Amino acid sequence: MNASVRQGKLIKGQTGDWEVVIGMEVHAQVTSQSKLFSGASTEFGGEPNSHVSLVDAAMPGMLPVINEECVRQAVRTGLGLNAAINLRSVFDRKNYFYPDSPQGYQISQYKSPIVGEGEVVVELDGGKVATIGIERLHLEQDAGKLLHDQSPTMSYVDLNRCGVALMEIVSKPDIRDAEQAKAYVTKLRSILRYLGTCDGDMEKGSLRADVNVSVRKPGGPLGTRCEIKNMNSITFIGQAIEYEARRQIEILEDGGQIDQETRLYDPNKGETRSMRSKEEAHDYRYFPDPDLLPLEFSQEFVDELKAKLPELPDQKKTRFVADFGLSAYDASVLVAERESAVFYETVLDKLGNRARDGKMAANWVINELFGRLNKEGRDITDAPVSAEQLAAIVDLIGEGTISGKIAKDLFEIVWQEGGDPRALVESRGMKQVTDLSAIEKVVDDIIAANPDKAAQVKDKPQSLGWFVGQVMKASGGKANPQSVNDLLKSKLGV
Amino acid sequence: MTDLTSLTLAEARKGLADKTFTSLELTDAHLGAIEAARVLNAFVMETPDQARSMAKAADERIAKGDAGPLAGVPLGIKDLFATKGVRTTACSKILGNFVPTYESTVTSQLWRDGAVMLGKLNNDEFAMGSANETSCFGPVGNPWRREGSNTTLVPGGSSGGSASAVAALLCMGATATDTGGSIRQPAALTATVGIKPTYGRCSRWGIVAFASSLDQAGPIARSVRDAAMLLRSMAGHDPKDTTSADIAVPDYEAAIGKSVKGMRIGIPKEYRLDGMPAEIEKLWEAGAAWLKAAGAELVEVSLPHTKYALPAYYIVAPAEASSNLARYDGVRYGLREQGKNVIELYENTRAEGFGAEVRRRVMIGTYVLSAGYYDAYYLRAQKVRTLIKKDFEDCFARGVDAILTPATPSAAFGIGEKGGADPVEMYLNDIFTVTVNMAGLPGIAVPAGKDGQGLPLGLQLIGRPFDEETLFSLGEVIEQAAGRFTPTRWW
Repeated sequence: MNASVRQGKLIKGQTGDWEVVIGMEVHAQVTSQSKLFSGASTEFGGEPNSHVSLVDAAMPGMLPVINEECVRQAVRTGLGLNAAINLRSVFDRKNYFYPDSPQGYQISQYKSPIVGEGEVVVELDGGKVATIGIERLHLEQDAGKLLHDQSPTMSYVDLNRCGVALMEIVSKPDIRDAEQAKAYVTKLRSILRYLGTCDGDMEKGSLRADVNVSVRKPGGPLGTRCEIKNMNSITFIGQAIEYEARRQIEILEDGGQIDQETRLYDPNKGETRSMRSKEEAHDYRYFPDPDLLPLEFSQEFVDELKAKLPELPDQKKTRFVADFGLSAYDASVLVAERESAVFYETVLDKLGNRARDGKMAANWVINELFGRLNKEGRDITDAPVSAEQLAAIVDLIGEGTISGKIAKDLFEIVWQEGGDPRALVESRGMKQVTDLSAIEKVVDDIIAANPDKAAQVKDKPQSLGWFVGQVMKASGGKANPQSVNDLLKSKLGV
Repeated sequence: MTDLTSLTLAEARKGLADKTFTSLELTDAHLGAIEAARVLNAFVMETPDQARSMAKAADERIAKGDAGPLAGVPLGIKDLFATKGVRTTACSKILGNFVPTYESTVTSQLWRDGAVMLGKLNNDEFAMGSANETSCFGPVGNPWRREGSNTTLVPGGSSGGSASAVAALLCMGATATDTGGSIRQPAALTATVGIKPTYGRCSRWGIVAFASSLDQAGPIARSVRDAAMLLRSMAGHDPKDTTSADIAVPDYEAAIGKSVKGMRIGIPKEYRLDGMPAEIEKLWEAGAAWLKAAGAELVEVSLPHTKYALPAYYIVAPAEASSNLARYDGVRYGLREQGKNVIELYENTRAEGFGAEVRRRVMIGTYVLSAGYYDAYYLRAQKVRTLIKKDFEDCFARGVDAILTPATPSAAFGIGEKGGADPVEMYLNDIFTVTVNMAGLPGIAVPAGKDGQGLPLGLQLIGRPFDEETLFSLGEVIEQAAGRFTPTRWW
């Protein structure tokens, strides 16, 4: 692996270069059947207030009970981030009034989170990597949703999401530019999806990020930061950082100073605007939730989860490179999305000779399949060519039944019409002709028809290629190029 | 058949089993008593129809021979317990006409065991008070009066309705809750028996929360045995309350009459307050003498951090309360006072819905948790709490089985007599009881005598964690020696 970069892209200002310093708080919805402290369903959608328990609605006398699956998911995630797991953590109340929070407080973890420091290695352009430190991960409740468009005078509250478990994953301020920030969220999302601890669906709000941005002269002291809240698109995160960094640089270069504040990104205008200043910030009056005992579990509990952890993208990538000779780039393309890796591995599983054709299969997945999917704007989960079919095509090439060129035609047929590639090759006569006697006649005919060229071959062996081309053309591409080559050489005496 | 109301729970159980009378008769007798005692304002909601149908069901179960341990026994329920289909308000305007769709764990266990609900009992608003004067339904009268006086006295609080109703023979027992003394102090002021079990003994699920780390349910009853019977049904592990203890509930009644010979009883010197009335001192000595006569050994013990308990309590309890009461915002249930925007809606609703004492504690609690004050107040109070707990642990580690103290610093006082100018005057009522909540220990208040004006006084016994049995054994010794006290009916 390449050495980790510590710098990002500097921004040129009027007074020289500026460095951007970024830290992120990613809120990832935990994949679980029920909420963090109640038995209500976490299912997305549904009629407003149809997934609400007495606890979620904060009825008098209701008490939270921790959902153990959410704890397991947080520990799994911590392990996936190479982070320290805290065997004892504490739930605190974060007090604030808003109708999306029926209790009047959010149950979160403040001083003692379930997961401590870890790190994530992210891939950058040009094969570079950056290591981003994780400060902590803690569990907390999601809030409900206010509906302002149901009545001209009133707001309505939907508590379906209220109490759903979130993991807040806090990075260290190790991110140095928009590209790194995007790569970090992409990688984090990928790890979560591999682990199955968060579905990573940013459109549904399953993954959202608060981005802290400040600027400084390279190597100088940290600047005052602004927090851009609630970003739910990786593209927008990049745009917001670019805008915010330039905004701050302009203020500083004009002799102004940055006010610490919370800002919102407006993707339509491509700018951030102030939401609330530091002075308006809430005093959350955190204190340990007396309804919940400290969360404690054993090292054995952690070890058991660790033993059952799935292979993560970094490990998979290393294995693909080592076992199948893939380039680091190809391997990272395949592992970037869990579904792509699963597809490739299914192809590998079905291959007749994995060691021989594993690399070729990767090329086919990346170039033919992904290329085609991209062109049509389709997703791997909805590919018309299955992993089994693709494996069969690769097998047919590998064993010499069809040529690479024919294989592309075959791929097209399977894409359009479906079917068993091996049967298609038989029924449509696409099989490569390796039978020498069948090719020999064609070869003889072409040599006979081109005596001049045949005579030249002895002096100019390169012109053999012209004969190969002619034979292949005459055979409709089905002749085995290697056999044709061998035959021509012996006939022409080269 | 009005004399049915004068039975103890244990006597009623026998009468029901022997078919001397039915639960319906017993229930009707109490419903009549309640109706005749409305001036006491002990009940805020009477549920006669439900009571009679529960009584009939109990009679059927008794007839079939599958009666639960409390079959047919009519009880009153503090309005802090959620009762399914029956208005539950915590005696606060802010809950309005809130009717829960759920039943608290403690009350559902009482119904499981066959008890009958007569109605909901008055209490201080959100259990904040020591005289039952902060209830939105108005104050509760104590069935006890000073000799030769017509002044109505407070029954103590916050479980004032429970204590008053049990003392006035309106119900055979009552549920109550105790955050700083709210079971033991009113029990002492009404000559009833009240036990606050160990924190975690009873589930808090379905009980309107005041201060979660201190709140604990328990019974107020006519005798030590009755309290033991009730607690057995109320206690038990509940997976819905993660602070409830997964420890088997013993047959508390078996502890009644058990010899206390050789038990070591601690007398904490720090509880001997300056200016303590001589009759309280005398009562305490009498209690010690009774226990000694029963074979117990008396030892002086020290609980050095006692003096910090009350101030620390008035930081921890309001802090938790300020957060626990945040849910009463006018959005989902209870009172709503409209405003121009949501902030005004909150402000109007909470200003209108909460009484003065609740508002005061929400303010104190918000203050002590605020940035810049948290360490100085809340964190320090928690440290004090740890030291108080350690005082008791050290004491028990030296072989002390229970600690004997007065239950209250004085007898019942008149409505409006205390705390008008200075709320601390009222808070001092809990001086002997808050330490027990801070340490999470069990404590029982048992009637032990009367003051010079003929008002009842009680003694408190504090036990080891989850050793309520020892408290029942010792409490019964005091009860036997002191006798039982019944108020003269004036209502």
